[in-house]
Amino acid sequence: MKSYAKYLGKRILYMFLTLFLIASITFFLMKLLPGTPYSNQDKLSEEQIFIMNEKYGLNEPLPVQYVVYMSRLLGGDLGTSFQFNNTPVTELLSTRVGPSLQLGIQAVVLGTTLGIILGVIAAMNQNTWIDTTATFTAILGRSIPNFVIAVLLQLIFGVYLKWFPIALWNNGFSSSVLPTLALAIAPLADSARFIRTEMVEVLSSDYVELARAKGLSRLTVAFKHGVRNALIPLVTILGPMAVALMTGSLVVENIFAIPGIGEQFVKSILTNDYPTIMGVTILYSAMLVGIILVVDVLYGIIDPRIRVTNEGGDE
Amino acid sequence: MNNVLEVKNLNITFDTYAGKVKAIRGVSFNLKKGETLAIVGESGSGKSVTTRSIMRLLSQNANVEDGTILYNGDDLIKKTEKEMQKIRGKDIAMIFQDPMTSLNPTMTIGKQISEPIRLHQKLNKEEATNRALELLNLVGLPQAEKRMKQYPHQFSGGQRQRIVIAIALACNPEILIADEPTTALDVTIQAQILDLMKELQKKISTSIIFITHDLGVVANVADRVAVMYAGKIVEVGTVDEIFYNPQHPYTWGLISSMPTLETEKTLYAIPGTPPDLLDPPVGDAFAPRNEFAMKIDTELEPPFFEVSDTHSAATWLLHPDAPAVTPPAEIRARQALYKEKFANYYGKNETSVFSSENEVKGGL
Amino acid sequence: MNNSKQTVDETIKLSPDMFNPADSSDKVDNERISAPSLSFLEDSWRRLKKNKAAVISLFILIIFIMLSVFAPIVSPHDPDFQIVSHANLPPKIPGLTINGLNGTQALGDTRVDKYEQQGVPEGVSYYLGTDGLGRDLLSRILHGTRVSLLIAFVAAFFDLTIGVIYGLVSGWSGGKVDNGMQRVLEILSGVPNLVVVILMLLVLDPGIKSIIIALAITGWISMARVIRAQTLKLKNQEYVLAAKTLGESPIKIAFKHLIPNLSGIIIIQTMFSIPAAIFFEAFLSFIGIGIPAPTASLGTLINDGYKTFRFLPHLMWYPAAVICILMISFNLLADGLRDAFDPKMKD
Repeated sequence: MKSYAKYLGKRILYMFLTLFLIASITFFLMKLLPGTPYSNQDKLSEEQIFIMNEKYGLNEPLPVQYVVYMSRLLGGDLGTSFQFNNTPVTELLSTRVGPSLQLGIQAVVLGTTLGIILGVIAAMNQNTWIDTTATFTAILGRSIPNFVIAVLLQLIFGVYLKWFPIALWNNGFSSSVLPTLALAIAPLADSARFIRTEMVEVLSSDYVELARAKGLSRLTVAFKHGVRNALIPLVTILGPMAVALMTGSLVVENIFAIPGIGEQFVKSILTNDYPTIMGVTILYSAMLVGIILVVDVLYGIIDPRIRVTNEGGDE
Repeated sequence: MNNVLEVKNLNITFDTYAGKVKAIRGVSFNLKKGETLAIVGESGSGKSVTTRSIMRLLSQNANVEDGTILYNGDDLIKKTEKEMQKIRGKDIAMIFQDPMTSLNPTMTIGKQISEPIRLHQKLNKEEATNRALELLNLVGLPQAEKRMKQYPHQFSGGQRQRIVIAIALACNPEILIADEPTTALDVTIQAQILDLMKELQKKISTSIIFITHDLGVVANVADRVAVMYAGKIVEVGTVDEIFYNPQHPYTWGLISSMPTLETEKTLYAIPGTPPDLLDPPVGDAFAPRNEFAMKIDTELEPPFFEVSDTHSAATWLLHPDAPAVTPPAEIRARQALYKEKFANYYGKNETSVFSSENEVKGGL
Repeated sequence: MNNSKQTVDETIKLSPDMFNPADSSDKVDNERISAPSLSFLEDSWRRLKKNKAAVISLFILIIFIMLSVFAPIVSPHDPDFQIVSHANLPPKIPGLTINGLNGTQALGDTRVDKYEQQGVPEGVSYYLGTDGLGRDLLSRILHGTRVSLLIAFVAAFFDLTIGVIYGLVSGWSGGKVDNGMQRVLEILSGVPNLVVVILMLLVLDPGIKSIIIALAITGWISMARVIRAQTLKLKNQEYVLAAKTLGESPIKIAFKHLIPNLSGIIIIQTMFSIPAAIFFEAFLSFIGIGIPAPTASLGTLINDGYKTFRFLPHLMWYPAAVICILMISFNLLADGLRDAFDPKMKD
């Protein structure tokens, strides 16, 4: 197990290296941007801007600003948003993590569950109309942009049928239903397609044939020997899935007017609120890198083959 | 004679983009209680398809066009999937070619062995585990108790094949189908596995169908041999008859191409390639590669000619009108040896009487 | 063998001369293979043709590509020309009397002819209606599709070039170079592409070029991964070793042996990256940082339509339908190609 700890340590080191690079690059990119970060810059005279810059340390040489920023970052300070009442970015984002996280988790759970069911059904009925229907459903899910789906859901279930609130985040769980559905389509389609491919391969494997030769029924073989082996690699697409959810949350939160990170991010982009943009960038990257690490560790735990081989050293 | 299994006139085709491939073209054979029947032939000759059809585990694009597979008098072809599930693993079990891939990588081997036991013998978990342990000891896996909880990747190829054999023997099947069980193994491990199979067969008196393309292995394990070519059985007989008195030119070729310790000259190779079963040739499928081919071979399919009660071959060379041909030197030497060894039987009784345990087998 | 035992059917007269040795002309050519022999591409094409959905998708895509290439010619109106008096007209197709396509709009309980009401001259009709500035929606969709497809194809081309070169170099070099290049990929894959694209768009001037650059910067990583893995596999194939032994240069080997064998996987990857790029462009335009006005893209059209979709839903649904059809067709075709190139699926 010693070498596994070493491997893990190496992975965590890379994780921080990645985050460091992202933070640095973001910092310098932001400095390249034209204009000042003040919401009322049109009304400000050069002198006022100078004073403001002085106050926020923006007149210092770039390397000094960089060091100050990075050391504050280590302490968890993402700076101050100039656009939104001079609120610290950390505070601005922390109130918004809740709704985003709830939607994201609900969407992943719902989407992958349905996707796994759909994928298994498709694989077990390979090359029949059931398979075709399931595969086509998955392709529809992949193809229709989430903002189109979100608007459709809003129109049908919010405006016409009035089953759920059209927008906003003030109705408890029922507020989360439509945005969750809109976000769940992508994980559903991706996992359905992934599971189908894995399952088809597993079902044609020698050990499945041996299991059939033992006298197990097709269904028992599929569930006892097939699904487990097909599910294990599914954790590898959790990373890309998380990215897709972040992307999706930007539009879905906007369409449903949900006070989440995505909505704040879009607002900040449109108002050149650089500290917040940097904050969200670092937050998203940290989440992705964290998920990739967790997936790696998880994979080692659930796959008995990796459990041992990992003890041998890196990768 | 009590045949456990009788396959009659089996015809199987596969649907492909180019048309129907006639993979099995009228195969008939039987399996007696407690015997080992080897089915020999090159790849694509239909050995595996034949056995998969006995297990009814053919792929979806396969069609059984004709024929019966009688297991103790019951036609397996007519069984429902449910009925087959009761037979598979219990009455007829199978060992696959590649032990590296035929075990589920994410299930402990203990579980994999007890699976058929719990299914067919309705034992509870503990009893099944005990039986699995017993089986692992039987197939000679050391430290069985500890290893029950391990996963397949923690075992070597030979050990895995022992586990696969343990799974197959879990319910004391009446028929064991071994599809090239040693092909993927090292030579030394091969011998161990073969010895194990022979030993186990004595213990539990199973009938074995042993599929292989390796004649050396055949000589080692089989009582009787069926030689397959292009989806047909071309010669069948006891192991001595096939090795020392072969009649079909294809069998001649097979035996001549088998290396022996005395081989000094270049090893014989059968010229040409097997026919395309999408469109099998008229007449004898082997004719194009047969240096003794006659006109009739290209026109009519040869029927089986009986050489002895236990030995028959499908070649026109055995027809009374056929000219006498001189088989290759290797075969002539073997036939001479055969005559000498069994001289006392000749003349007395046309149908040869000899034990399958005869010492002559095993290559010259 | 009692079951297989047969005796010669006496009714067939076997003449003795039939037992003469066969001459070579009697022997059929055994080497003949009756299944047609197909090259890799022919074989893939045969399998693709069997996939109806993929063929239909290909057909639809060809039509859309032709329409967008010739958009300036086939557009009935100038996509950017504003006639304020013609604003928000419903679709009108001459000769059709179906409500919704005849230029009328429900106003309370009655349908009014908006064209008449707004004083549009007789004979002028907008097949898909006009937007709030009186621009012809059909022309804007045609030009928008052109822009979206242009961005997607160029971005995919960059993905392909960068990804293939990176993957080939990394896989072929092996050792330290490969290790270093892999670490770079590992770090890059920890960055959400969304973030990179948005940052790039903030730094660069908004426009088609910036979107292409932003998409190209993030898109090549998966291509590089796949190509590297395949190259590692191919590198040790006998024919590559043989070429190496014969002293062929790495570049020649790459073009003669590696790329032809990688072509299947390159095509599939590219086919998946095109719809991804279409989506990303639309996504960026939808959140408001994509193509600036007045240039139309499918994303900006949907964004514009969304602003008024409660009242004039067709302004959103038509471009949304076009993007959905494009995405579905690309995905179906990509799926079909993947199955066609995958020999495991051979039947």
